[in-house]
Amino acid sequence: MQQLLRVATAGSVDDGKSTLIGRLLFDSKAVFEDQLDAVERTSRSRGADHTDLALLTDGLRAEREQGITIDVAHRYFATPRRKFVIADTPGHEQYTRNMVTGASTADVALVLVDARNGVVEQTRRHAFIASLLGIAHLVVCVNKMDLVDWSQSRFEEVVEEFRRFAMKLDVQDLSFVPVSALHGDNVAQRTVNMPWYDGSSLLGHLESVHIASDRNLVDARMPVQCVIRPQRQSDSSLHDFRGYAGTVVGGVFKPGDEVMVVPSGRTSTVRAIWGPGGAPLAEAFASSAVVVELEDQLDVGRGDLLCRPGNRPLIGREIDAMVCWLSDRRELHSGDRYVMLHGTRSTGARVGGLDYRLDVNTLHRDTTAESLELNEIGRIRVTTTDPLTFDPYRRNRGTGSFVLVDEVTGDTVAAGMITGPSLSGTPVVWHRGTAADGERPTAATIWLTGLSASGKSSVAVELERALHAKHVACHRLDGDNLRHGLTADLGFAPEDRAENVRRVGEVAIVLAEAGVVAIACLISPYQQDRERVRERHRAAGIPFVEVFVDTPLAECEARDPKGMYARARAGEITRFTGVDDPYEPPEHPELALRPSDGDPADQAAAIVGFLGL
Amino acid sequence: MSSTIHPPPAYELSHLDALEAESVHIFREVSATFERPVLLFSGGKDSVVMLHLAARAFWPAAVPFTVMHIDTGHNFDEVIDFRDRTREHLGLDLEVIRVQDDIDAGRVVEDHGPGASRNRLQTTALLRGIAEHRFDAVFGGARRDEEKARAKERIFSFRDREGRWDPRAQRPELWSLYNGRHRRGEHIRVFPLSNWTELDIWQYIDRERIDLPPLYYAHRRPVVLRDGMLLAHTRFLELAPGEEPVEASVRFRTVGDATCTGCVESTASNAAQVAVEVAASRVTERGATRADDRISEAGMEDRKREGYF
Repeated sequence: MQQLLRVATAGSVDDGKSTLIGRLLFDSKAVFEDQLDAVERTSRSRGADHTDLALLTDGLRAEREQGITIDVAHRYFATPRRKFVIADTPGHEQYTRNMVTGASTADVALVLVDARNGVVEQTRRHAFIASLLGIAHLVVCVNKMDLVDWSQSRFEEVVEEFRRFAMKLDVQDLSFVPVSALHGDNVAQRTVNMPWYDGSSLLGHLESVHIASDRNLVDARMPVQCVIRPQRQSDSSLHDFRGYAGTVVGGVFKPGDEVMVVPSGRTSTVRAIWGPGGAPLAEAFASSAVVVELEDQLDVGRGDLLCRPGNRPLIGREIDAMVCWLSDRRELHSGDRYVMLHGTRSTGARVGGLDYRLDVNTLHRDTTAESLELNEIGRIRVTTTDPLTFDPYRRNRGTGSFVLVDEVTGDTVAAGMITGPSLSGTPVVWHRGTAADGERPTAATIWLTGLSASGKSSVAVELERALHAKHVACHRLDGDNLRHGLTADLGFAPEDRAENVRRVGEVAIVLAEAGVVAIACLISPYQQDRERVRERHRAAGIPFVEVFVDTPLAECEARDPKGMYARARAGEITRFTGVDDPYEPPEHPELALRPSDGDPADQAAAIVGFLGL
Repeated sequence: MSSTIHPPPAYELSHLDALEAESVHIFREVSATFERPVLLFSGGKDSVVMLHLAARAFWPAAVPFTVMHIDTGHNFDEVIDFRDRTREHLGLDLEVIRVQDDIDAGRVVEDHGPGASRNRLQTTALLRGIAEHRFDAVFGGARRDEEKARAKERIFSFRDREGRWDPRAQRPELWSLYNGRHRRGEHIRVFPLSNWTELDIWQYIDRERIDLPPLYYAHRRPVVLRDGMLLAHTRFLELAPGEEPVEASVRFRTVGDATCTGCVESTASNAAQVAVEVAASRVTERGATRADDRISEAGMEDRKREGYF
């Protein structure tokens, strides 16, 4: 069975992208004689002494005139093992949006680097965009090796330079091939010019790269596109047929499965699944276009999503997202309104705020930025008119991606990747953690911070009890207890506290990935340390709920159940938070609990209420 | 809490199933979000495959679109027969827009003599059909592998009130989120076969046992060799001095206007045999068989800018 592999190219202007693709097409016999004749004629008429293979791919008049690629072109070729779709994307910075267009559906990104110049700004920009778009496989072609005398050391320098940058990126699979696109070395065939290179040719690599496991086959998701109701007078057997048409974007559905429709929450059972044209299917998995019949007559329509009751997406109107701004006609500003296309839903969207603008070269976050211009990338908060049913983009490209459309011009102005729910001020909704066969529910971390003796542990114990009563799998991570084991080697210096918080944060993520809600209670006095944990959760797509147990110092000191304040005041222990070490209260906690909110059980109930359980 | 680890089954679609799923998804998106979609149907292999996919996308319901044929008046008889049989068979709502009507009304002027073609005149008829029926989404069977201007085309391609394509101002198109926003009078061209190649089309025709006009399979007919192309000797073809029709076993790779669509010598009598020939071919289908694409390096781009599909 031939597989389809989607490849996007990237790299700076003049690094030879079009030549490389031309070479790949030519050497894999995908260039036809009439195309080659045309290219040879044009090359000759321009006085070139060789056939310029780049002319094979530059299809627009303006592109041939300027010798640059302006818009994405799609090219096709095949080998016995695979069919390839190559999105040939522009290198010019001004056309970065077209690079994003070409890369959004790619399995593999090809990044070209000129061996003479090494890693340049556009290399970094494109590698970053590829990682932002969640392309799992990155192949760096170090091109023009003929111009550096096929030098192994130069190749290794470039590899080293790229690796250093890529460490900051989220790339699962990184490989390097030294090539000469102009002469075809290591493109379709291995070359004799670089005997020191023992890897496969670029084509060999593309034929063998393993992509089957890149798709999410765990979280069953099918956005409903339309309802199919034939109601043909001529065929009474179809009179009651009601099928939900859609493309599965995650997981597997089978007849007999219990399914839930979100956001409504109604449940039913899959009666039958039909492939195109009415082929009965035993199962439908990610990327299949199907029609699903349910046992019950439910009110389901376009914009709804089918999932499994034990594994639901997140539901909410407030999300955080990375966006790439695609418009040269207007900028993004806080407060702007757009139409959001997400899955099969179209809804109003308001930009609640710009958290930061990212410098793609240094990955520096500019939190003072107030706008995004063409080709700029940043993180925003968005509030939608209708609730979204979503997963973080890293978890699922289908349910985690969206575009923003300008209501007036109809332009597509932004590409968005959801990082997670915006928790400030809104209830977080997740499903109860009953991980059954192959299902891994999304859990959350409840992070209780506050002074010693503020009552964190008491609230945590009550919360644990309350969640258990609701059949939510949870586990309490108590800072004091952990200091006997996990963090026994740490003291109370700021760097030790940072490490303490980091470790507990990581454990919480591990628990969440197992479907268990972590209730962490740690003094965690420094804002920066907590923010780091929050950031890790955001990246992992796990809701993070920071609860500030806001008990005044005087009251904590009056309680002093372990006599710690007294010892600190007496100078017996130093670096005690609130006495001789600062406590930095959270600036924007999801929830703040004060003694006036009641006893620990009442405070725990407030958390349960906030969680929407 | 327990979790069972199953060995991963090979949840993979073959390339034809993946292409089919993508096309089906596109048909459903258009049906759900546009008011008046129309499918362009010429009786050629790409539009036949497109119609087949549309029927499969909405099974067991009927194809929910109007179908429109831009009739140059210079069609092969076999194609018109096939079109009418298909209309009967599928119960299609078929609109025929005639280039002859534009000629008669003086909206376009026809070329005469050897080499004359009505192909370019189709644009006027197409835009007239779209405007008269207020169609807001127009499915075309164009594929990106056909020609380099088409390689630049989006799946949802915005057209202004004059039907024009602006290749430098195309909307970014990400994931499978298609932006069909348009105002009254504007429309979107939709290309569900964008990612199919000529070989994919033939493999699919073979797999699905799709019926095509007999022109696509080897048959004997009188042909004229002109500019390195074999043109069918029909009543529409004006012979140049010295041209003499000869009989040959041929088939057509594309089917358009009879005056500019060439055929190739072939003995392939079914889709599987054609697929083998296509896989081995060293010439593109347009290069081999379309006189009008040889006009200039940017011939297709220029025509698309005017509103051609």
